[in-house]
Parts: sequence; C-alpha cells; structure tokens
Amino acid sequence: MLRATLKSLLSRKIRLVLSALAVVLGVMFVAGSFVLTDTLDRSFSNLFSNIYSGTDVSVTAKAKANAAGTVPASVVDEVRGVDGVAKAQGQVNGSARPIGKNGKVMTTAGAPRLGASWVDGDSQLEMRDGTGPKADNEVAIGAFLASTGGFKVGDDIELITLQPKQKFKVVGIYGFPGGRDSLGGELITSFTEPVAQQLMLGEKGVYTDINVTAAGGVAQDQLRDRVSAKLGSDYEAKTGAQLAKDQADQIAEGLKFFNYILLAFAGIALFVGIFIILNTFSIIVAQRTRELALLRSMGASRGQVMGSVVLEAFVIGLIASVVGLGAGYGVGALLANFFATFGGGSLQLASVQLPLSAVISSFSVGLVVTMVAAVMPALRASRIAPVAAMREAATPDRPLTRPTVAGAVILAAGGAAMAFGFTNQSLALIFGGVMAAFVGVALLTPLVSKPMVSLIGRLLSWSMPGVLGRRNSARNPRRTAITAAALMVGIALITGVSVVLTSATASITKLSDTQIKSDLIIAGEQANDGGSATFTTDVLDRMKSTSGVKSVVGWANDGALINDEQYWVAAVTDVDAMREQFGLQTKSGTIAPLREDQVGVSEERATEKNLSVSSTMKVQLSRGEPKTYTVAFIWAKTPVMQGVVLPSDAIKNLRIPQLGNAFVQVVPGQSVVDVQKRIEPLFADNPEISVQDRSAFTKQQTSQFDTVLLMIQILLALAILIAVLGVINTLALSVIERTRELGLLRAIGMKRAQVMRMITVESIVISVFGAVLGLAVGSALGVATVAALKDQGITEFAFPWLQMGQYLVVAAVVGVIAAILPAIRAARLNVLDAIAYE
Amino acid sequence: MWKSYGSGDAAVTALAGVSVEFEREHFTAIMGPSGSGKSTLMHCLAGLDDVTDGEVWIGDTKVTGLNDKGLTELRRDQVGFVFQQFNLLPTLTAEENITLPLAIGGRKVDRAWFDTVIDTVGLRDRLTHRPTQLSGGQQQRVACARALVSRPEVVFADEPTGNLDSKSGAEVLGFLQKSAREFGQTIVMVTHDPNAASYADRVIFLADGKIVNEILDPTADAVLETMKHLDTAVGVS
Ligand SMILES: Nc1ncnc2c1ncn2[C@@H]1O[C@H](COP(=O)(O)OP(=O)(O)OP(=O)(O)O)[C@@H](O)[C@H]1O
Ligand SMILES: [Mg+2]
Repeated sequence: MLRATLKSLLSRKIRLVLSALAVVLGVMFVAGSFVLTDTLDRSFSNLFSNIYSGTDVSVTAKAKANAAGTVPASVVDEVRGVDGVAKAQGQVNGSARPIGKNGKVMTTAGAPRLGASWVDGDSQLEMRDGTGPKADNEVAIGAFLASTGGFKVGDDIELITLQPKQKFKVVGIYGFPGGRDSLGGELITSFTEPVAQQLMLGEKGVYTDINVTAAGGVAQDQLRDRVSAKLGSDYEAKTGAQLAKDQADQIAEGLKFFNYILLAFAGIALFVGIFIILNTFSIIVAQRTRELALLRSMGASRGQVMGSVVLEAFVIGLIASVVGLGAGYGVGALLANFFATFGGGSLQLASVQLPLSAVISSFSVGLVVTMVAAVMPALRASRIAPVAAMREAATPDRPLTRPTVAGAVILAAGGAAMAFGFTNQSLALIFGGVMAAFVGVALLTPLVSKPMVSLIGRLLSWSMPGVLGRRNSARNPRRTAITAAALMVGIALITGVSVVLTSATASITKLSDTQIKSDLIIAGEQANDGGSATFTTDVLDRMKSTSGVKSVVGWANDGALINDEQYWVAAVTDVDAMREQFGLQTKSGTIAPLREDQVGVSEERATEKNLSVSSTMKVQLSRGEPKTYTVAFIWAKTPVMQGVVLPSDAIKNLRIPQLGNAFVQVVPGQSVVDVQKRIEPLFADNPEISVQDRSAFTKQQTSQFDTVLLMIQILLALAILIAVLGVINTLALSVIERTRELGLLRAIGMKRAQVMRMITVESIVISVFGAVLGLAVGSALGVATVAALKDQGITEFAFPWLQMGQYLVVAAVVGVIAAILPAIRAARLNVLDAIAYE
Repeated sequence: MWKSYGSGDAAVTALAGVSVEFEREHFTAIMGPSGSGKSTLMHCLAGLDDVTDGEVWIGDTKVTGLNDKGLTELRRDQVGFVFQQFNLLPTLTAEENITLPLAIGGRKVDRAWFDTVIDTVGLRDRLTHRPTQLSGGQQQRVACARALVSRPEVVFADEPTGNLDSKSGAEVLGFLQKSAREFGQTIVMVTHDPNAASYADRVIFLADGKIVNEILDPTADAVLETMKHLDTAVGVS
C-alpha cells in the first residue's frame, strides 16, 4: 500500500506541487512571524542592556497617573549621601523635535526624538567633533541626527520642545561606544542642564531621573535597597538590569501583539489553503475511482484505502512544512533586516535564530491543515465500491442536497456565533463565526454556481473561444465553486473591513457636518514616537482677540486616576464655547463654566458610575496631589463626546501642561478662510500644528482608515495569492482532462491564440465569480458589523463602490494571470498526440 | 513524400516515397494493412503532421513549409475532418458543433447550404441536442456535416465508420458519397472495410508505406480480392 501511495504521489506532480505550495506559503508566514518577532525581541533586549550598561541604579518619582513626575535637585543630594554611592547624576530627558534643513520637522519610524541634559565626561558617549554645550544657545547632537539632517559643528539647528521652535548652535557631535551613530535610530540633542529642564520638563531645578553609580564592591540590588530605604515611597529605585528588562518586556509585549496579528493573517491564508487542498484531493480521488476500486476488489480494506489517501496528505503536509519552515526562516530574516534598516533607524540586529515555537507551530499547522483537508476525500475514497472498477469511470454529478443543507446549517451557526460575539464583545467568537460563515457559503456555492457562472460568462462570450470558456467553467460546478470560494474569503474580508471603514467615515463626516459647529480646528500632528505637538494657553488668548473669532475652546488630554481607576480626561478652557460648538444638551445641572473643584460628566459615564449632580470624586492627575471634585453638570448622550471634563485650572497638572487642540467658531457672516489666514501666523513657530477648517480636519482624521485598509490589503494578499494557486490548479487540471477536446479544436482550425483565450475566459469567469461572491459575503459581514457597532457611533451605512469595482477588476486581472501557464500548456499541445490522448 | 519517425536504429519509415494525386470532386478511399501508413499519409496531407521529404499541395496552397499559423488557417478554411471517434465537443449542441469551424474563423454561416447539409444528413430534429444525447451514428453524421459546412477544398475521414454498426455506417458512407456526387465535395477516406471502400470512386492501396495498387469504381468484392493479394504479397516479402 505504501508503494502504491508513493507512486500515485509522484504521478500527480503538478497538482500536488501547487496544492502543497498553498501550505508552504501559509507555513512560511507562520514561521516567518515567529522568526521575525524573536529576532527583534532579542535585538531590543540587547539595545536596552546597552543603554543601561552604565546605570547601576536609577531613581524616578513614582508615577501618579499617566506618567512619572519629576525629581527635585534636593533628592539628588540625598542620594549622594547614601552609603555605597560613587556618583549620582540628575538627568533630563524629553521630547525635542529637530527641524531639518528643508524646513520640515524631522521624523523617525518609531525611534524617539530626544532632548537631554548634557553631562560632562559621560562615559556612555564618545565625542566625535567639537565640545559639549556651555552656553544656553548651544547644543551637542548625536551623530545619527548629524548625518541624517546634514548638520555640522557650527551650523544652526531649530528645535521644537514644550516651547515653539527655537534656534541653537551645534557645538559638538557625539557617537556611542563601539563607533555607533545611535543606539537605536533615535535623534538626540543635548542641551545645557537648565535649558533642558526648562524645555523638556517646563521648570528649572528638576530632573527626569537620577543615574546612580555604585562604589566598588557594592552590588546593584544592595545599592537599590539602600537608596529605596533612604528616599521612602514617593520615589522608585530600580537596578539597571531591571530597567533594561522592563523596557525590553514592554517592547516584547508589543511584538507579541504584532505576532498575533501576523498569525491571524497566516491563519486566514491557511484556511484558504484548506479549500485548495480539499479540491485537489477530491479531484484525485474522483480520477482514481477505478484504480481504488480495483485495489478494493483485490482485497484492500476500506481502512487501507482511506489510509492511503491520508498518508498521501501526511507526506505532502510534512514536505510542505519543512519547505515552509525553511522559507519562513528566510522571510523572517529578510523582514528583520528590512525593519532594522528602514524601520528602526539603525537597530543592531541580534543573530537570526530558529525559535522552537516556529518549528512546533510550522509542523503542527502544516500537518493539521493538510490532514483536515484530506479527511472528506479520504472518506469518499473509502466508500468506493469494488464494482466501480468494472463500471465506466465517469463520475456522475452527485446531488447537491447534502452540502446545501450542511451549508445552510453551518452558515446559520456562524451567523449566530457572530451575533453572540458582538453582544459579548468576544473577538474569538466573531472570528470563528466569520470562518464558519465562509465554510457555509462555500458549501452553498455549487448551488448558485451554474446561474452565476453563465451570467458572468455571458459578458465574455462575444466570440467562440469565449463561449467555450464559459461553458467549460460551468461543467463542474463543485470544482468551480470551491476554487471560487477560496478567492471569496480574501475578497470578502477586505470588502467587509472596507464597508465598516466607509460607514465609519460617513458617520464621522455626518456627525461633524450636523453636530459640530466649530469652523476651524487647531491640531498637532500625531507623532508615532509619542512627542505630540502642543501649544501654550497664551496663544489661545491671542486667538480669542483675533477679529472674526466668536469663541475658542482649548483642549488638553491626559490619563488620570478617578477613584483609583485609570481614565482618559480632558481639561477645557471654556465650557460655554464647548457647549455651543459641540451642541451639548443638558441632562442635569447647568452646563456653565466650571469652578476649580468642579467637573462635567457625560450621561454614559454618570449612568455607569452612578453619578448625579453634586456627587464627588477623587481625581489624581499626572502632577500634584489628589483632589476631590464635585459633579456640576451632566450632559445628555451625544456621539460627539463622552467622559469627564475638567476645568482649565487642571491643565497645569497634566503630563504635558499644554493644549493639544483648539476649536474656533467664527462670527456668523464672517469668512472662515479669512479668519483662518489671521490665525495661522500665530502658529508660525509651531510647524507641527495645523489650522484646518472642519471638513479638512474630518478628512484628515478619516484618512487614517485608508492606512488601516492598505495594511489589511497587503496582509490579505497572501490569502489571495493562495487562491490564485487554486485557480491555476483547477485550470491545469481542465487542460489535462480536456486534452482530446483541445486536440480536436486545434485540428479543425482553432488558433493557438484562440485556445489561450478560451482558457483565459474560463479563468476570468471563475475568478470574477469568486470576487462577486466575496463582495456579496463581505458586504453582508460589513453590514452586520456596522449594525452591531451602532452604539459606538457608526450610524450610517455606506458602501465603498469604487473599491468594490476595483476588487472586481483585480479579480479579472488575477484570472488572466492564473490562466497564463495553463493556457500556454494548452496552446503548445501537439495536435496529433492530443487527439490520440487517452 | 517520405515520412520517418525517430532517428538512427530506432527510425521507422511510415511513408517510403508516396506520390499521389486526389481528383477534385471525387471520393477516394485509402486501404491497406494495419501499420501500412494510411493514417500517416492522411495526417501529412491534411497539415496535421509534416513530411520528412517531399511536398504536399492542397489546391493552389503549398502545405509543406507552412508555419503553425498557416497550417491552422489551412485546416480551418480548406480542410474538413472526420475522425474515428471523439469528433464533437460535449459542451456544444449539434448545431454549434457543426458551425464550429465557421465560428472559430469568424465567418458567417451560409444558411441555404447549412439547410441542405442538415437535410442530407437527416439531423434537422437533433440540432439542439448535446453529443451525449446522440447515438454513435448520429454523432458521426454531425461530424460529417461539420466537415462539409465550411465548403472545404477537401474532407479527410480516418475510419469514420470504424466504431459503427453496419446500418449506421451505411448512412454515413451514403452521405459522403452523395456529397461528392451531388455537391462536388472532394473526399479522402481511410478505411479497413472493403464494403466501405466500395462507396468511393477510386481506391488506392498502401503497403509498407508505398502505393501498391489502385482500383477505379470499386466493388466490395474487387477490393477484397486486391486486399488478399496484398496481404499475401506483403506476407511473402
Ligand atoms: N508517432 C509515431 N512515432 C513512431 N512511429 C510511428 C508514429 N506514428 C506511426 N508510426 C509508425 O508508422 C507506421 C505507420 O503508422 P500508421 O498509423 O500510419 O498506420 P495505419 O496504416 O494507419 O495503421 P492502422 O490501420 O492500424 O491505423 C507504423 O509502423 C507505426 O508504428
Ligand atoms: Mg490508422
């Protein structure tokens, strides 16, 4: 039996290679994700142990709400007095964004843009050129900033900090031990200590942390315990090793999430792969009916027949897993290098290794997927009666009742799981429900395949080859259906996401058009290194006095502890303007300016926490002591805003005591554009801050969705690629099965180009059928999701017609591409051989 | 013409210098023992295969030396085919199968001629049927109709009745004969059956890749007699 199985494997090379390729690609994605995240993980670990190699103990203020506070200079002196401390150096770190020679704010792909205090004789730095800063207008910059920005000693450099841009003179350029330009692609600038304190922290005489060096013979832990004991519970002391581990763990957490996302897409790709393999095995079993029946009549048991098919699947799964693992290692290494070069600036990559998790998951995934796909065909093979050997091998069209009933049941179950998942906020249930729905639809597909295929085909059958292609694609509804269903999965997911995002865009646009009365919105660029742009409250006063401005409300966000729970709060400068511009309605109390100890609360939050007017709450902001506030008003439910609003007095106690946004209403009848032109100069020194009218702002906000969509499209490309393999597989099979027909057509005068066109039409029909299914299923998924998200503010249904049209076109193109090889093969057939083909 | 397969020691000579002319508007049969080169001759004549040496002409067209495109167009426009079996596309109806060469070439169907052909083969009430719904004889008649409907220079038929019973075979042969006599269609047919050959105007005999005999206006008995001689002659040599 083993020999027979291996022989049959070899005799179906192309088909098996194509379906194994589906598994290889999926496994490659899985292994690649593990290799990539493992490599990055270790690289970041190295990076942080490097950064903290000169730190024995680090002291920071205990975090109050969203961020650690500052350390006053007096504490540094206290630490110096601790027994075993060789050196204690107060350090300042914060955000400083340099402006490049092209006048634009320089950005990184995630590495921070840092401002620090200069410490003479810092052993962690290697001076390359010039000296450290001595005067207030001098800075030394990191070599990476110098090389990417083209700065030399003696040049001027402009920097944005808590203050708008200021000009400094570069007096020194430094690198890091080992001849490195940066530790991890960061752009760093060092100021004199007082300047750094003022610009990074907003006040003089305080530090971000204290870097403590131990005297000889004192262990890190020992020193930490002594410093802790001395400083009490307001400060936190950590060893350098602990800090490096904490930061590396934090990155690892992020990478883990990233890995999950990659694995989810790998899962989708493998799910599609199951369709392809199932199809291949079904076809192989159907074609081998006589051979298997012969084995049965010679005495092979059902188990043996079934075993031979399962064994075949096992061998394929094993080979595909090995190849996929190898390819995944390569892809992971490639992506890690790509990330190190383009993503993290100059992250020094740890050696690429093959983690055990990659090996285990590759083999289990590869084997499970192939075996699952082979179960149904194997069962069918085992049911072949020995008499089938004597009958004509033609496989009659089996009735579609069973798959149709099963499909309907699975679809309904999937729908129920989704509905349940939405109400219980269970992502796993939703995901499972969607996958079940796909299986259900795939089972129902043969039923609709005939009418749909002939409908789609009609558009392409203006010539004889077209007609033949269309009829060929309708010849085997099951095969066409599974092939198309594989393509459906990818397109349905993209369409579903696209419908949700388009609906969200429409909802946000409608909301901003109907509910928000702000004419101009001032907002800072969202930087991915955490250094968001902010501006001071005095700009707000100058805005208010600008002619044509009716009202202005400034807005600052931060995390806060309310009754010891983390919340996101906003401090606003003008409650009346906020009420007017955001159309807030009173639920209870009066929406009026807040006293220093009053807050406003949304109806949702009030209901959730059982609050009413004159209830009290304890609020701890990032700075200062906890304070008790009284609820002054509750505003009625609105999609525009919810949460807790603090008075403007609270701004000084936020992590960044500045405004992030401002909303401006223009005096009725005045030109918004004119007012915008008058306000813009106020931000001339804040190039990161833009003044936009309402629709431009909405557009900018919703444009983030495009990025999300693009990422998803890129990740789903693999699932679509695998589906294309399925189309190629099906077509290659058609060509083999119809060799004699092709020979006949060529004999009576069909040109090669016409043969190719015939195969191409068949391919396009299958692909477009898959796309149409995908669009329909995806729209249904999208609509269901939008309906479920109604309470989250997605109130409008909108379809991305243009994109849906594009997906159809893409499917047609995919069809053409998938047809290339089978068509060439068909066109190359020798006429005489083809006619004589058995 | 000469035709050999393979090279060196394994070379097989299928045609060893055959010179033959087929008269326009005549029905010619080719006979000979198995392996004598009948099919090879037909394939070479029809542009399905190329000769090793020599030349083939159909009407004013020199077949030898045409490229694939030229050969394809020649087969489409100037040649009709009837094979022993598997002549029809299963996805097309009888009518679509008949007009297939015209459709491929983008030519219009001459309705009057189409009707004449259909009525002659007696398939009027079968036009919308698929090949699987037709008997073997009917299928061969559809194939004959397809070969004729484009009015080719010549129709080649390789054992068109090989798989049919005598009654169905007679219908097909009668139709071929009628095509030549009434419509002036040139027909070349390969057959094993002396009875089938007797429908032709002329029979040529092939043995070992050479033409060894020919009979005009044959009867089944005369053909049988010649065949016997042929067999013994070959057997002796
Ligand atoms: N493709 C080929 N390769 C090698 N030899 C071939 C090939 N086709 C035919 N032959 C050989 O050429 C000779 C003539 O074959 P051909 O098929 O023309 O005979 P035939 O007269 O049609 O026979 P039959 O009556 O059995 O159909 C035979 O010896 C055959 O083995
Ligand atoms: Mg022959």
